[in-house]
Amino acid sequence: MAANPMTQFEVYRIGPEIKVGAFDISFTNASLFMVISSLAILIIFNLGSKKNSLLPNKIQLLAELSYTFVSKMISDTAGSKAKPYFSFIFSLFMFVLFCNMFGMIPYTFTVTSHIIVTFVLAAFIFIGVTIIGFIKHGLGYLKLFVPSGVPIVLLPLIVVIEIISYLSRPISLSVRLFANMMAGHTMMKVFGGFVISLGVVGGWLPLSFSVALTGLEILVAFLQAYVFAILTCIYLNDALNLHH
Amino acid sequence: MVKKIFFQLIFFNLFFLKEVFAAESGGMPQLNPEFWISQIFWLTLTFGILHIVLSKLILPKISANLELRKSQIQENIEAAEKQRESSEAKLKEYDDIISKSKLKANNIFKEARENVLKEINTKKETLDKQIDEEIKKVEQEINLLRKGASEKINKIAIETTSELLVKLIGTEVNNSSISAIVDDLSKRNGDKYYGN
Repeated sequence: MAANPMTQFEVYRIGPEIKVGAFDISFTNASLFMVISSLAILIIFNLGSKKNSLLPNKIQLLAELSYTFVSKMISDTAGSKAKPYFSFIFSLFMFVLFCNMFGMIPYTFTVTSHIIVTFVLAAFIFIGVTIIGFIKHGLGYLKLFVPSGVPIVLLPLIVVIEIISYLSRPISLSVRLFANMMAGHTMMKVFGGFVISLGVVGGWLPLSFSVALTGLEILVAFLQAYVFAILTCIYLNDALNLHH
Repeated sequence: MVKKIFFQLIFFNLFFLKEVFAAESGGMPQLNPEFWISQIFWLTLTFGILHIVLSKLILPKISANLELRKSQIQENIEAAEKQRESSEAKLKEYDDIISKSKLKANNIFKEARENVLKEINTKKETLDKQIDEEIKKVEQEINLLRKGASEKINKIAIETTSELLVKLIGTEVNNSSISAIVDDLSKRNGDKYYGN
């Protein structure tokens, strides 16, 4: 089991099979880590917002720093109009970050390494942003596909390219996160396998690689959560401010 | 050494060959749609609950805490500023009081000195007057005594001369002629005898 780097991504049922109609919604290890991540976020931020002392303690500082971090990120990329969507982007960033980070603990399951999870998130963002854009600007939102200052001859081509790039947003967003997580975890598993197979004599090199990769992967886990959130902000900015 | 590692690798790989084949046949578990619906359902549920709790309960509290802290710090700064201003005002007041009281003390000292000087002067004057008066009185007395003294001496001189003349000559000389001579002498030599 330990040798196959893909077995860590396998989903299996925990407890009985639950079926609603034709759909299987059984509680799986993926569900378990979604619940754990959400609970961890709620516990940490609940503890961090419980007391309000003038001099914050560590957990309060953590909560307040992440609050100001996300709020600054949103105001920098999407402006003050994006304030109503702060709580969504905050939850999104924290959820992805915690799922990525819990995946870094050995023998855990990485929720975000599954394309279906990231795709559902990205599709939700895509549909939501599109709806917001049409509500704010009406049909004027379609101007997004017609960049200003383009020669009329090139316009048909540019519009097609813009539409394709717009429609590929959910795919690029979801695949970026999923592929990064999967590749990182697979690589770590492969190097871990090398440590075992090369033994005491030759195992030191892959072991040191493994250690370095762990640090890199923790960075990637944070970075991908950040990228996911900031791309959401950028899409939201397109929908709210229509700069093209 | 390299050879040894190579052989070791091959040797160990034989153990895992089965799994390697299994992985190749199974491919990526992510693309197995068996639990897709379950994952979508649980993702919606957990993320929905997370979002609702965060946005309704926790984030407003954090933002309120941050606002409160901001306003509290602002208030503290303002209070500190006020206290600084009031302390400066108090310091000014204190300096004023000190300088005023110094002036007052100087004034009081001057006044007291002047009063004392005046008193001394008046007392001196009265004393001078008294002294002058007394001197005058004494001088008058002296004058009187002096006058009286010359007359008495003249009398004594007249009597003694008359008696001396009686004993020497045996005849009585008229007193008036003697007194005239004595008076003449005393006038001429009065300064020598009585001085001044």
